[in-house]
Amino acid sequence: MVEILEPNREGVGVLRPRPDMNARDVDDWFVREVLPLEAALMQFLNHNWRNKSEIADLRQDIYERVCEAAQEQLPHNTKPFVFTTARNLLIDRVREKRFVLLDTVAKLEALDIASNEPGAERVVIAREELQRLQAALDCLPRQCRKTVVMAKIDGLSRREIAVRMGVSEETVKMHLANGMRALADALYSVPANPERSA
Amino acid sequence: MSQLQRKDANNIEACAAAWLERRVSEDWNAEDARALEAWLAQSWAHRTAYLRLEAAWTRADRLSALRRPVSERDKGRGVALKPALKIAAIAVAAIAMSAGAALLFLPPGETNYATAVGAHKTINLADGSRIELNTDTVLRIAQSGSRRTVWLDRGEAFFQVRHDASRPFVVATGARRITDLGTKFVVRRDHDQLQVAVVEGRVRLDTGERGHPHSALLTQGDVAIAKTNTMSVTKKSPMKLANELGWRRGVLVFDHTTLAAAAQEFNRYNREKLFVADTATGRLAIYGTFPTGDVKAFTRVAQQVLGLHVETLGSESVISR
Repeated sequence: MVEILEPNREGVGVLRPRPDMNARDVDDWFVREVLPLEAALMQFLNHNWRNKSEIADLRQDIYERVCEAAQEQLPHNTKPFVFTTARNLLIDRVREKRFVLLDTVAKLEALDIASNEPGAERVVIAREELQRLQAALDCLPRQCRKTVVMAKIDGLSRREIAVRMGVSEETVKMHLANGMRALADALYSVPANPERSA
Repeated sequence: MSQLQRKDANNIEACAAAWLERRVSEDWNAEDARALEAWLAQSWAHRTAYLRLEAAWTRADRLSALRRPVSERDKGRGVALKPALKIAAIAVAAIAMSAGAALLFLPPGETNYATAVGAHKTINLADGSRIELNTDTVLRIAQSGSRRTVWLDRGEAFFQVRHDASRPFVVATGARRITDLGTKFVVRRDHDQLQVAVVEGRVRLDTGERGHPHSALLTQGDVAIAKTNTMSVTKKSPMKLANELGWRRGVLVFDHTTLAAAAQEFNRYNREKLFVADTATGRLAIYGTFPTGDVKAFTRVAQQVLGLHVETLGSESVISR
């Protein structure tokens, strides 16, 4: 289990699971507090993990761990909680590899999480967000981009898009799904996931 | 790590994207909703992958909100664009030019409106209709010569419609449609559940679940609740309806309301959240009128009148016996 960094403010070990806590509370917390940390988290992972092809899996495992833990109790302070989880996960993964470079574990254990936090959370202002969206759209293959624009901005249905573009609904489906993934990367994990540029 | 049967994030994300694509596309029914819930419940890996894509897709809504002539955007009163977004209009122009021709044939757009938690906003439409947005609500309005359409994406709104048979006024929530037939009504959307209450006049409610289309005529005092695959209609007294619309005056009116339901109502309007410790406490009935933002007044009553214990930790209060 991950450690919950902040001691209970009430003092003496009153670890009370919150009543009425359910998956939806965790969903909200995840979207509101964890996702905005993704860019910093990706930076942290890229910096501390050599095999870049494993980073998407690591991120997923970290999200899984923090949400499982948050279901017991939402952490008071999300950022150190997420980064401690990330560090612990990296340590676990290094140990699993058997031919461990002891050096690596020591290095990870010595990581001062606080100093790895970027400064104040960056408030993504609207202009920057639009630039990110634009960048995401620009990166998409032409047909895919057109599909996303028709769905998102023109509000057209899948069938309408298919008719306008002269392609099958299956194709529209694929373009849209790819577009959704690209948008999520652009909005949350800039610098973008390097292995998924195709 | 791959030898340790790690679940492949790339595959999971692809599945999540396929689900989301189906969710936002038109042919989505109750069975699909259940199947999605089941998939999401399988693991946090599924759930977080889906939430992440969904959150990004929703954030990208801003694109459509911004994409209309400045003159039109600033015309309506109470337009929900934040000042910061107006600055971005310049950036939008740049996008429209660089993203290619696809962006140029944009439809006469929708206007987006939103309220924060605890906020209340009134929109006056050019035709004399009024829409009041309750707390934490998102809706979009599109008006053309032949129809007026409002998409209630989240939350609750009160509609006072200037009826015009030649220009129907339709409120859409997911696959469901509420068509005005001369009326005042209130629509509330909670995830998959829709509640429509008719204060005056009549509306038609169409639930478009695939295979089970259903249409109901609702008249004054009718309260319809549509869930994933069921719909019920009950009659409420004008007094009861007026109580439920207390938010229009900035108050919550409880009349033999359970403590659990009252706490839940308060939570819709406030960042400070109330939790009821156990079901027996939650079943206690309460009465009274409270300002929507005054959680303290409510917890005071719980303490002093009901003799309950209230423990506050940060922005959360737990009510127990």
